[in-house]
Amino acid sequence: MSQEVDIPELGTAGLLRFFWRQLTSMRTALILLMLMGLAAIPGSLIPQRSQNPIAVRQYYLDSPELARWIERFSGFTVYSSPWFSAIYILLFISLIGCVLPRTLEHFKAMRAKPPATPRNLSRMEHFQEFSENGSELDLATKWFEKNRFRVRVEGQSISAEKGYLRETGNLLFHLSLILILLGISIGSLFGVRGEAIINKGERFISVPTSYDTLSFGKLSNEESLQPFIIEVIDFVAKYDVLTNAPQDYTATVRVTNSGEKTSTIKTLKVNSPLTFGNTRVYLQANGYSPIVTVRDSTGMVALQGPVPFLPQDGNLRSIGAIKVPDANPQVGFVASFLPTYARDGENGGISVFPEALDPKLLFSIWKGDLGLDSGIPQSVYRIDTSKMQRIALDSLKPGETFSYPEGSITFEAFTPWINLQIVDDPGKSYALYGAIAAILGLLASLFGRRRRIWIRITTTGVVEVAGLAKNGAPGLPAEIEKLVAQLRKER
Amino acid sequence: MQTTWAYLSNNLIYAAMGVFALSFLAHAFETAWAVRTPEQSEGTEGSLKTKTLDYTRTERAARIATAMMVLGFLLLLGGAIARGISAKHVPWGNMYEFSLTGALAFTGAYLAALRKYDLRWLGLFVSISVLLTLGTAITLLYRDSAPLVPALKSTWLVIHVVAAIISGGVFLLSNVIAGAYLYLESMESRGERKAWAKRLPDLETLDQLSYRLVAFVFPLWTFAVIAGAIWAESAWGRYWGWDPKETWAFITWVAYAAYLHARVTIGWRGKRAAWLCLFAGSTFLFNYVYVNVWGTGKHTYSGL
Ligand code: HEM
Repeated sequence: MSQEVDIPELGTAGLLRFFWRQLTSMRTALILLMLMGLAAIPGSLIPQRSQNPIAVRQYYLDSPELARWIERFSGFTVYSSPWFSAIYILLFISLIGCVLPRTLEHFKAMRAKPPATPRNLSRMEHFQEFSENGSELDLATKWFEKNRFRVRVEGQSISAEKGYLRETGNLLFHLSLILILLGISIGSLFGVRGEAIINKGERFISVPTSYDTLSFGKLSNEESLQPFIIEVIDFVAKYDVLTNAPQDYTATVRVTNSGEKTSTIKTLKVNSPLTFGNTRVYLQANGYSPIVTVRDSTGMVALQGPVPFLPQDGNLRSIGAIKVPDANPQVGFVASFLPTYARDGENGGISVFPEALDPKLLFSIWKGDLGLDSGIPQSVYRIDTSKMQRIALDSLKPGETFSYPEGSITFEAFTPWINLQIVDDPGKSYALYGAIAAILGLLASLFGRRRRIWIRITTTGVVEVAGLAKNGAPGLPAEIEKLVAQLRKER
Repeated sequence: MQTTWAYLSNNLIYAAMGVFALSFLAHAFETAWAVRTPEQSEGTEGSLKTKTLDYTRTERAARIATAMMVLGFLLLLGGAIARGISAKHVPWGNMYEFSLTGALAFTGAYLAALRKYDLRWLGLFVSISVLLTLGTAITLLYRDSAPLVPALKSTWLVIHVVAAIISGGVFLLSNVIAGAYLYLESMESRGERKAWAKRLPDLETLDQLSYRLVAFVFPLWTFAVIAGAIWAESAWGRYWGWDPKETWAFITWVAYAAYLHARVTIGWRGKRAAWLCLFAGSTFLFNYVYVNVWGTGKHTYSGL
């Protein structure tokens, strides 16, 4: 069977054209959209690193083999994975290729006259006939004009059409989907996102080194950072006494814009961020920083100040690490701060209310090598005690001091800290405009009614009227009745 | 003061449950007693007696059923408002309150649609499902009235949730109608409709109706998702974060978009469209149940 089969030479250009046509067919676009819906599912069932890094770590501990397989398919980072990106980039291209040509066509069609009146009106829907009296065509023209139909007059017939709003709305909707995708892409390419913990009374200056975490979009860098200064003057948290649930967080801050001498006092709340141009600053979390003074054996102050602790539960039981690298030998305190102290048979010290009603600092003291010079990045909330030796264990109330052979620690007081999230998203206004346009377009496209009405006066003096509603839109018969009533009124 | 309102709310909801139960009984009575078996003398072959429907006999029951439904709706509305006053926020801070408001929206959607279409046959189903929802809510999901956590204090939350709950009510109604379509379709394909089902609208009407409802609320659902995004932007610093709740809202949106396209651009009708409609609606329910109860993420608040 070595028959020669004639395959038309496609060539690269032909092949490309073929793929382009396939990709931009509506069917492909819809399949891609469905695929995107399907592809979004795993990310809602498997913990995602961007939202819940702790759960991901736990996953690795519980079933490391499975976790490694999930990792291989970017299962913990679904929404930034290559396959998810591939789907939405293809959808983006497909949508553009599908919708833009249609938009051009639509604008041409909108200016064109309606198609000619069909030859045989009696076969059309809603057909009616009655005898003429001479003025019908004029009256009909007036009526069509008043009701903003576009008309085509040909001899003794009129073809009128209305309801392009439906197509216009439909195109607007699909175009605005493109705008939304564009906004999302701009945001992720040029955006900046950072976090910083600030103790009450401290100032935050927006330069890269002040941030605890800072991440840039692929096309942005440190120069994109909006410079400003925020000083936390006060922070008040209110809790419900019955349920312990938070009721209100209010931070009072002094804000200085870059280059300006004057500053203003502002209130920062959970749902009302501060705005600096495209950058917004959100109140995201809060906790306590115990203020401690650590002295060495000679009584010299080795460390003094607030140390932010990390909340662990709704009652703000917080853990933290007080590292004193300047002491000799180095000492570290593995500590927890309990705003309202109570004892629990199983867990030891716990907190029973998030407000600091009866605060206590619990700690174990370690001496040895803190490992700060090893070059391995370390958590500020934990101490690697593998090369250290425990020398004491105690708890303090504010104002109390504990002494040990290598020095002493004084729990002076405590202060709240707040976590600021700083987000620069230059694309979000496009996404918002896109969303608004999408809804308007959707409304027009779902509730617009496209229909045609024809009227003809035959050579035998009979007026024929008929109509056609696209997509079976309701309401046409009533409209035709109105027209006919108008035509027959003045006889 | 606060607890007085909370008690009032609970009592109103118990009262609403009683009234919905009456409505259910009246609907059941109507459905059962409208079927008339002909007198023995009429049919010569006893086994082939055809049953007919006679609604004149049950008209009063039907009126009572609808009146009870309206009354139940009003009581429930009162209960939701009292709950809102007691907690000093809109009544959708937790799963219990969501269920109340959801049942309210579902009844409201049914009553609104009833003004335009003859949907009384659905009443049996609507009353029993509202009863079950309220029963589950008050026994399993009940939480004492409590203030909102700070992130939930936002006008956009009110707007977002109102839109989402109304959409949900209408989506469910459309699902019920699509379900009825499938059931009747299979009954018809096996022969004739049973007597009690004769009064139900023809398949064509059901098919159109479930589509109309979806087309009507799809823009509202789109708006609900967008309002949620605006709220998320002001509370969490990002308008979209693929949180499980957001992800499933998106999936529901895509599923209904697929449904609309299947109908409008491909021309699906009947069985296939009804299945697709049921599928889309179940993604909404999944979001409500799974993500609220077992999910993690920013939308899951303490104590359901
Ligand atoms: C992303 C979600 C999408 C939604 C929610 C959506 C929604 C809709 C709706 C509601 C209609 C019906 C308009 C009418 O009744 O006339 C429609 C029609 C249409 N859609 Fe989409 N669409 C989406 C994506 C797409 C995509 C990706 C494409 C192709 C690139 C597309 C192409 C079309 C076309 C060409 C029509 C008009 C079809 C006709 O009138 O027969 N849509 N769309």
